[in-house]
Amino acid sequence: MATATHPTQDQTVIEFDVRTDEMLVNMGPQHPSTHGVLRLVLRTDGEIISEVTPHLGYLHRCAEKIGENVTPIQYIPYTDRMDYLAGMNMNLAYSLAVEKLCGMKLPEKAQVIRVIIGEMNRIASHLVGMGAYGLDLGTFSPFLYAFREREMILDLFEEVCGARLTYSYITIGGAHDDLPDGWADRCQKFLDYLKPRIDEYHALLTTNHIFVKRTAGIGILSKELALSHGCSGPMLRGSLNRKAGDIAWDLRKLEPYCGYENYTFKAVIPPFDDNYYEVPYRAPRGAIIGDCWHRFYVRMLEVIESIKLVEQALAKYRPLREEGDRLRAEYERKKDGLSPAERKQEEEKLNTAFKTRLGHRIEPPRHLSPGEAYLETECPRGAMGFYVVGAPGKQPVPLRVRAKSSSFLNLSVTNAICSGCLIADVPAIVGSIDIVMGEIDR
Amino acid sequence: MTATDLVARLEEKFGAKIKSKNLQAIDPFVVVEAVDLLDVCRFLKENADLGFDLLHDISGVDYLEPDPKKAPKAGFDPHVEVVYHLQSFKHLHRLVVKVILPRWKDDTPGQLPEVPSLTPLYGSADWHEREVYDLVGVYFPGHPNLTRILLSEDWVGHPLRKDYEFPLEYHGIRGR
Repeated sequence: MATATHPTQDQTVIEFDVRTDEMLVNMGPQHPSTHGVLRLVLRTDGEIISEVTPHLGYLHRCAEKIGENVTPIQYIPYTDRMDYLAGMNMNLAYSLAVEKLCGMKLPEKAQVIRVIIGEMNRIASHLVGMGAYGLDLGTFSPFLYAFREREMILDLFEEVCGARLTYSYITIGGAHDDLPDGWADRCQKFLDYLKPRIDEYHALLTTNHIFVKRTAGIGILSKELALSHGCSGPMLRGSLNRKAGDIAWDLRKLEPYCGYENYTFKAVIPPFDDNYYEVPYRAPRGAIIGDCWHRFYVRMLEVIESIKLVEQALAKYRPLREEGDRLRAEYERKKDGLSPAERKQEEEKLNTAFKTRLGHRIEPPRHLSPGEAYLETECPRGAMGFYVVGAPGKQPVPLRVRAKSSSFLNLSVTNAICSGCLIADVPAIVGSIDIVMGEIDR
Repeated sequence: MTATDLVARLEEKFGAKIKSKNLQAIDPFVVVEAVDLLDVCRFLKENADLGFDLLHDISGVDYLEPDPKKAPKAGFDPHVEVVYHLQSFKHLHRLVVKVILPRWKDDTPGQLPEVPSLTPLYGSADWHEREVYDLVGVYFPGHPNLTRILLSEDWVGHPLRKDYEFPLEYHGIRGR
């Protein structure tokens, strides 16, 4: 028996109109939806949040202090443990900063390997981001789908370096080892398997009515706020507007490293109302640029762009590998028939070819150059910066290592975007930031 | 705009307030006094040609050789640097601004050196300044809530100082 109710008798309206006593609600550090050990203290007025205070530091492991006491190569395993969902990208970020300080120039194949591995890790990381986001919002199945595919990437990584989470594979001067025989084909096979699966994720989450209701129009982050707080990665890109003339803020495009300028891919920024990204899904009604749905969808599209990048990089890798193998086999075949002088000359030629183009790694200098270098790379969660200061004189260890974390700044807007929303929206907003506490606390 | 042009613009506006510059460094930087920092950064942010609206990072660096035997050969005098990495969203150029401070204010050990807070200009300065205060020990007057961020509130000392002594005990937990 439905009768029209007066606004004051409508429970939800009363909730918004009447101020009750403020209450402090503690969320975390063991709360499952805070992604690790983040503690949020919510100041609430009924169901409405008036202030969110994040408390950090539960996972602080003195990473910057350790960096002052170990050589850069010894420090690589510690970078794995910062953003443990994207260990390869963290290795890469630190390696690039040290290489910038020492002025090293890498062989082409090492750079191609870095692109393949880095983008594969980006796919794995975004899959976890997507699956875990579904968990936060109360749906369990996308998590299982995402982990099914992620397992395969981890198997591929295990073949490459023996580890499944903390890889230490990319290192100063290139990559620790060349890719195993036949790995490129197995990687391509995986990509062919993954491509049709992406539609499944869209069916499970992107177009899911409940998911859209929970994320569209929730936690809107304006471009100005994102810039002021130094947000980066999908968090910033979800707030930009391609049609308003914003720059697609992706460091792979703007400040290319590892030869990203030679690949064709799109930096993903909204709006998603046309066919620019060649996917059939449009922004649902109610979704506003900068909301949780857009941040989530930027990640989903980045998976597609990363697949394109890996395919291009594999196509670059194969001829380089073949040429290297051929040159080495030729040298092995004819070296016994050569005089010592000729042999030395041939060896030199081979080494030069490997150092400039065909090698997977070059020897880093024993001592760091004095001076300082700051370099940011585009990690799955945003711009990860490393600031390395080399001490004057010949020192093997840096004077200071500073890790500028992207999640750290992305999380710092929580208070601004959570104020005024409902308690139930906090997991949706914090989940859409896609934080990894290991990177925030370092 | 290249780093040379950027620094030329700064020198034209601030003259002798730009204490020194290094354009040959990997990341070109300028050094300013702590008292002028807020003015310089406001100019960098609000001038349309410069447009430095992104503050990526604030790091504190403690230049000290703790071993007194090695100290004369260390290649630097003991001091603390606060380093600001700025970038423009529109023009994409980058610049590094440094503030060089004594290790302790008035050379009294325990008195933290001071740099004005950049929180009125950049939201990202908020947490970064708290982190620098926490780990390196630089005080930022003007910060709305300058408390420790990574370490617990009752922690003693600033671990990224080179002469930091590791605690032997914390609330009954043995340190080593």
